[in-house]
Amino acid sequence: MSKTLTVRYFAAFREHAGIDEETISLKVHTARDVFELLKARHGSAEPLGHCKVAINDEMVSWDSPVGDGDTILLFPPVAGG
Amino acid sequence: MRISKQVIRPVELRDQLTDPRAGAYAAFEGWIRNENEGHDVLRLEYESYEPLAVKEGERVLREAAEKHPILKAECVHRIGMLEIGECAVWVGVVAPHRDEAFAACRYIIDQVKLRLPIWKKEHYADGHSGWVNCERCAAHAETAPPVVTRVHAS
Repeated sequence: MSKTLTVRYFAAFREHAGIDEETISLKVHTARDVFELLKARHGSAEPLGHCKVAINDEMVSWDSPVGDGDTILLFPPVAGG
Repeated sequence: MRISKQVIRPVELRDQLTDPRAGAYAAFEGWIRNENEGHDVLRLEYESYEPLAVKEGERVLREAAEKHPILKAECVHRIGMLEIGECAVWVGVVAPHRDEAFAACRYIIDQVKLRLPIWKKEHYADGHSGWVNCERCAAHAETAPPVVTRVHAS
C-alpha cells in the first residue's frame, strides 16, 4: 500500500532535486526504501552510508519504518566546522 | 548549543562560562581558510537544519559531560555566508582541571563535525562552487553512537 510522505531535501540534495520539499505517494517500508527510490528519481550518486535521515524531526537509522503522513528529512553528508 | 547568523565573539562567549570552581578553560575555534584540497577558496556558505542541529548538539554536550568531569560546555555554530578568517564554530569548556577541559572540548568538536546536520558550500576563486563532501567524516561515521531504529507509528 502506498504511503503519502512529505520529503524534505537539504544542501546538495535540494540542488539535485531542484526543490526543497515534495509530498509524494510511495510504496515503501523503511527510510532506506525512500532514499533508494528518490535517489534514482533525482539522479543523486551519493552512497547511503554517507548520508543521514530523520523522520518527524528525530534522527533515525535507515532501517526505521516509515508511516503514512510522516515527514522524511534527507541529509547529504554533513560538513560542519 | 546554538546556531547563529551573527558573528561569533569568543571572548563574550567565554565570559558566560565563568565559574568559581573552574581552574581550566579550553576552547576551540574553527576558522574559514583560503584553501581546500588545492582550490583557492573565497568564502564559505553554511546552512543547517536548525531544530535537529540544536537537538543533536545538546546531546553531544551532555555526552561530553557524562564522559568527563567538567562544569560547563557550550557550542555555537555560525550559518550564512562567511569570509576568510571568520569563526565558523566555537566550543568552550570549563572544568576544575585542564585534562578534562581539553578532552571534552576535543570530543565536542569532533562529534559536532560528524553528527550535526550542517553543510557548507565553498565558493572558489575561479567562480565555481561546491558542497564540501567530508569524506573523513563519512569514513568515521561508524564510530558515532548508533541512532535509534524507530518503531512503527502507523
